[in-house]
Amino acid sequence: MSGQVLDEVQIKVPDEEWMTSGHVACPGCGAPMAVRYALKALGDNTVLIVVASCWSIIAGPFPYTAVNVPLLHTLFATGGSVASGVKAGLEARGLKDTTVLTLAGDGGTFDIGIQALSAAVERNEDFIYMCYDNEAYMNTGIQRSSATPWGAWTTTTPVKHPKDQPKKDMVAIMAAHRIPYTATATVAYPEDLMRKVRKAKGIRGSKFIHVLAPCPSGWKSEPAQSVLLSRLAVQTRAFPLYEIEHGDKYTINVWPTRELAVHEYLKLQGRFAHLTPEAVQQIQETVDFEWKRLVNRARASGQEVPSDQLCPG
Amino acid sequence: MEKVIMGNHAVSYGVLLSRVQVIAAYPITPQTQVVEMLSEFCADGRMKASFIKVESEHSVMAATAGASIAGARAFTATSSHGLALMHEVLHWAAGGRLPIVMANINRTLGPGWNIWTEQTDSLAQRDTGWLQFYCESNQEVLDMVIQAYRIAETVLLPVMLVLDAFFLSHTEEPVDIPDQSLVDSFLPPYEPRYKLQPGDPHSFYGLVAPEHFMELRYKMQRDMERAVQVARQVGADFGSTFGRAYDVVEKYRMEGADLVLVTSGSIAGTTRVVVDELRTAGQRVGMLKVRMFRPFPFAALRESLADAQKVAVIDRNISYGHGGIFASEAKAALYGAAHQPLIYSFIIGLGGRDVTPQSIRSIVSYVQEHEGPAEQIIWMEVKK
Repeated sequence: MSGQVLDEVQIKVPDEEWMTSGHVACPGCGAPMAVRYALKALGDNTVLIVVASCWSIIAGPFPYTAVNVPLLHTLFATGGSVASGVKAGLEARGLKDTTVLTLAGDGGTFDIGIQALSAAVERNEDFIYMCYDNEAYMNTGIQRSSATPWGAWTTTTPVKHPKDQPKKDMVAIMAAHRIPYTATATVAYPEDLMRKVRKAKGIRGSKFIHVLAPCPSGWKSEPAQSVLLSRLAVQTRAFPLYEIEHGDKYTINVWPTRELAVHEYLKLQGRFAHLTPEAVQQIQETVDFEWKRLVNRARASGQEVPSDQLCPG
Repeated sequence: MEKVIMGNHAVSYGVLLSRVQVIAAYPITPQTQVVEMLSEFCADGRMKASFIKVESEHSVMAATAGASIAGARAFTATSSHGLALMHEVLHWAAGGRLPIVMANINRTLGPGWNIWTEQTDSLAQRDTGWLQFYCESNQEVLDMVIQAYRIAETVLLPVMLVLDAFFLSHTEEPVDIPDQSLVDSFLPPYEPRYKLQPGDPHSFYGLVAPEHFMELRYKMQRDMERAVQVARQVGADFGSTFGRAYDVVEKYRMEGADLVLVTSGSIAGTTRVVVDELRTAGQRVGMLKVRMFRPFPFAALRESLADAQKVAVIDRNISYGHGGIFASEAKAALYGAAHQPLIYSFIIGLGGRDVTPQSIRSIVSYVQEHEGPAEQIIWMEVKK
């Protein structure tokens, strides 16, 4: 399947594991992959905070844990605030080098937790906030969030009235706080994801990493195609991989290797099956507009843009 | 060293002396001077603490809980709507067995907006698993902060100490500020048994199935019950160290009292004056001040009221559809006791309306003139 639209790739990932087998994610879930790679990048001097989300379940019920670092489960709206307290508490005990990693879904980040997150990064608290974005409230059964893309079906945006607002631009909101580091990542590019987590670990202050994490249950996609979908999201430019330093220096990290219509990404997901050709065309136009804006920002930041990526106009 | 300070600053000095390591707070009238002074202490180096200036009370309690589970001694202060906004996280802190100490300045909940004192804000949080102590004077406030940490760190439950808006928070009184060395001998550094520790990968507060959950709550209740004795011991030890002993209730001129006025907070100070007056006039009236509300000191109440004929409970709070909250607890304490005094439930002073010595005299007159309470709730000084 993947060979039809994408090239085969080889990836290099360290052998050391900080996540164990036996976690209880659904088959094909992108969220455990994201955490597995993030912990490989961070190592054991890490405290993981899990905001109410699918990961509250994935980590395993009492008395089990699926990670080999200390894990604190916390309330839905507290990702930014608990992390601030944990960091201060660890520092009070002299543990100044421990990395605090907050993990939250799109509901906990874009919606109920945005106030505490905004406040924590405005204070430039020293922690990494990783949002694994599966584009809806998946743990409660696929209800729309403000991360749900335009046109998508969810149980609260049924086919007769699919979501008619665009996805909230959370990366722009975080960058607008002028925090030292904001980045996007996704599970089909583990080396890029791990590099970004390592880079974040080396920076003092607030770091925000937005990870697109496919959800076969909610996207109505094949579990075996999650990595493919993650790759297609990048290659169709629907979810570009880039980073922003101090809110204004944009760098695109992965350049798509060919012209690929967003339809190739949408057609593998049942949540978009109802879309008319006109609706797909509207999504394509939005993707093209956003991509062009991103390329221009990268160029304005001094990044050399490959000639085949130069957008007309 | 004696200083003349407001109740809010008595809280701040208690926090300073308790060597708190992390403070998170959000300003709300009438709590602001607590955190303003703590900001000064942190800024000028008198306190070696991190002060996290968060954006809401929900985040206050989350940050405080985060600091506590990371192993630090943590503090906050709030009031009224701020406390209500914390509600969800209050459960998380108590169920998480975190020995946080919080000062709550009793203030009325709106609407309409009202910044004056009433106890309903803290009493509405009575089922969250926090210990609650109500203070009568600024000295008691300062002393209670220090005791609160020792109690909390012994039973691994959070403690809320409560003081009245303005009548204590903004009223200056002479307060003895003990020497740091004496406080250090009374309150050792916090050595948490359970904490986030790199290299020791435990999971905290994850999914607990019905198979295990009930045992967690059983243990919490057992430690709540144990907290009564712990508080008594800590209050007695405090007396040995500092010369001011405390108990979970205080009996004032109760010898041979037929009529006992049961109350809490700053109303106790007013009641004390009236009891003195009535005793001078030869009347057998006493006061029982309830300091600890959670856990409720049932045995102490039963024992204290064993000889009373009439008990007047004075509540500056209300559980709508039920009545005065201390009165309801007093009735529960006396249910099944060998001796059952008549209980009169008075509601007075809601929304910060002043409770004067004359108010207390009126309550005493009502009880003396009625063989039993004419109504389930006796509303005082209300325009009906």
